[in-house]
Amino acid sequence: MGKPVVATTSLAGCFGCHMSLLDIDERILELIDLVEFNKSPINDIKKFTKKCDIGLIEGGCCNSENVHVLKDFREQCKILISVGECAIMGGLPAMRNGIPIKECLEEAYINGPTVLNNTEKIIPNDPEIPIMLNKVYPCHEIVKMDYHLPGCPPRADLIWEALVALITGNEMKLPYEVVKFD
Amino acid sequence: MKKYTQKVLDKYHHDKTRLMDILIEIQSEYGYISSEVITIIAQDLNMSEVDVEQTISFYHFFSMKPTGKFSIYLNNSAVANMMGRNEVAAAFEKETGIKFGETTPDGLIGLYETSCIGMNDQEPAAIINNRIFTKLTAFRVKEIIRDIKEGKEIEKMFSASFGDGANRNALVKSVVSNNIRKIGPILDPDYKVGEAIKKIIKMTPEEVIAEVKHSNIRGRGGAGFPTGLKWEFCRNAEGEKKYIFCNADEGEPGTFKDRVILTELPRLLFEGMVVAGYAVGASEGILYLRYEYKYLENYLEDILKAAREKNYLGKNIMGKNGFNFDIRIQFGAGAYVCGEESALIESAEGKRGEPRDRPPFPVEKGYLEMPTVVNNVETLCSVVKVILNGGDWYRSFGTADSTGTKLLSISGDCRNPGVYEVAWGFSVNDILEMVGKSGNVQAVQVGGPSGSLIGPDEFNRTLGYEDLATGGSLIIFGEHRDLLEDVVLNFMEFFIEESCGSCSTCRILPTVLKQKLEKILNARGIAQDIADIENWGKFLKASRCGLGQTAANPLLTSIKNFRHLYEEKLQTAKEYDTGFDLSAAVKDACEVTHRIPNI
Repeated sequence: MGKPVVATTSLAGCFGCHMSLLDIDERILELIDLVEFNKSPINDIKKFTKKCDIGLIEGGCCNSENVHVLKDFREQCKILISVGECAIMGGLPAMRNGIPIKECLEEAYINGPTVLNNTEKIIPNDPEIPIMLNKVYPCHEIVKMDYHLPGCPPRADLIWEALVALITGNEMKLPYEVVKFD
Repeated sequence: MKKYTQKVLDKYHHDKTRLMDILIEIQSEYGYISSEVITIIAQDLNMSEVDVEQTISFYHFFSMKPTGKFSIYLNNSAVANMMGRNEVAAAFEKETGIKFGETTPDGLIGLYETSCIGMNDQEPAAIINNRIFTKLTAFRVKEIIRDIKEGKEIEKMFSASFGDGANRNALVKSVVSNNIRKIGPILDPDYKVGEAIKKIIKMTPEEVIAEVKHSNIRGRGGAGFPTGLKWEFCRNAEGEKKYIFCNADEGEPGTFKDRVILTELPRLLFEGMVVAGYAVGASEGILYLRYEYKYLENYLEDILKAAREKNYLGKNIMGKNGFNFDIRIQFGAGAYVCGEESALIESAEGKRGEPRDRPPFPVEKGYLEMPTVVNNVETLCSVVKVILNGGDWYRSFGTADSTGTKLLSISGDCRNPGVYEVAWGFSVNDILEMVGKSGNVQAVQVGGPSGSLIGPDEFNRTLGYEDLATGGSLIIFGEHRDLLEDVVLNFMEFFIEESCGSCSTCRILPTVLKQKLEKILNARGIAQDIADIENWGKFLKASRCGLGQTAANPLLTSIKNFRHLYEEKLQTAKEYDTGFDLSAAVKDACEVTHRIPNI
């Protein structure tokens, strides 16, 4: 049997969770012994080349593209993990959820104090641009998520412990200081 | 505006516990409560403006924006929908050119939705400037809006004759009908005012309480607490002043029997309050009346005036030295939760109607921190009959655990909706026979949305505290009704609307559970959703008051008794589905950016 295959992505997130993954420091050498990476910003593989075992999702869904990527991950990966506050709850981007999308876009592109030259009052509408959703959704409201790793970002140790436990089938060590919700 | 506000403040002696009355007067005078007025009130009563605003924002009939010269509140209860409300609502929108929640640009008409207004036997019904309009049709809506636009006075807009009984009284003049279908000892029209008072003043208060205890009468609001015991607790509680409250806030959708008592037998009710006052040692009675029944105000005030003239109220009542008792009417302003006794007291003190933590119970610390009895309208009426005829006589009706009779408010799919007085122990089948069921009955909602939805298997169950407890509301659903869409969903919306928001359970879960139901109705449900509703619904029991604790009952009882209705809507091929709909989620953004969804 080959090594388990891992894929990662950042949806409506800040890449902070990916940074946290890199914070496992020299253990990254152990990690590449343990797993093989497929689609991920870490190795810059843009498209799935095979079925994966584990998908790590950072960020919630704020636009149509996020939804497609997440659904693609669900199809390609056996196990999906919500990594961090945004994937689990929507996080900071979800602060817009109490405001209608119309007001948000008008504030950003027409009425905001930093808008200078938009005399034609255009809100970007090129067909290439993903369409924004009415609100920011946590991942489990779009597809089934198997595990949730809390934190903003989750500590490197938590991500490391979770991955190793999942791959080796051993119990996860969860000391108090490793699990944080902010 | 300043002058008028000052006048109102003078009228209520600048007493901040009368904030409700102050706001009600200003709201009815101007159709809204402006921020200038709020500032004046706050300064005058030595409160912060936010304190005034939080009371205003709590109640449905208060508004900080103009609600129109004519404010139309159309009831949106389940039975109203069954009786053709949608057509009526569409007619209102068409004739006025505005949507619900808006006012016309000229400020003439405001259009609003409201929860059950106690007219379930004559729906669809609306309140327009405190007058009730029943049995509306699209045609009638055209007439009403035409009359408003032509500048007719509200009193002249009634084309039909007035309702039955005291609804024709010169001080009521309402099209509301009593629809009394079956009378018993309480609704007996042969009642003579004052007999019970004459009898009690020859007894000691302890003897009165003993007789009431002996009758074994229990609270008629639904919870069924023994009335005699409540009075005894209050009598024995320490406090320099004690209060009797009559809870006439009947807000449970489908209940309207208190409205009928208030119309036909208000003297009986007031006498009951006097009896309670004597037994408990209270000197003041307060009738907390829901705002929806404001059309009865002049009529009831007139009766109170006459009672004072006859010395049924006032000082040294009927010559009994030291027996002083008077009654005032306290209006609510549209909030179901104020039917909960501690919320009702909070509201009467001029605050948001949020239930209190207990203990202390109201009998120890209630209105203005004083020992207070809160009794239902029907309870107080029954007590008068207990005093007149004795506890033994009262026990001859009903069952051992549920003595006496019960007024039922029956509505929905039957030939004769209305008020029926029956002895406890009646089965649901008996009732269906009595009201003239039309066609096959699919289900009966017993006790309003907070009660249970039962099916034919359980129609042999009997009404009473030992089996099917009810505050008196029964709604009948024929076989052609969609129980989930027409009933359960409507009831869940009701609980979401009426939550006071104090407990997180009741503020959040009903919305989450309703979304689950909608998912099932949208054919996106999976088996897990039913399990989730059942499991999560239990957490509502952690809420502070009965409203929150029962807010999942529409779902829980319908899943228990009509599980097949849910299961037949589930997806069988899918094990998991979040119910997410991408095309619905991008709709708003596409409208703003004028894009065609290319998802």
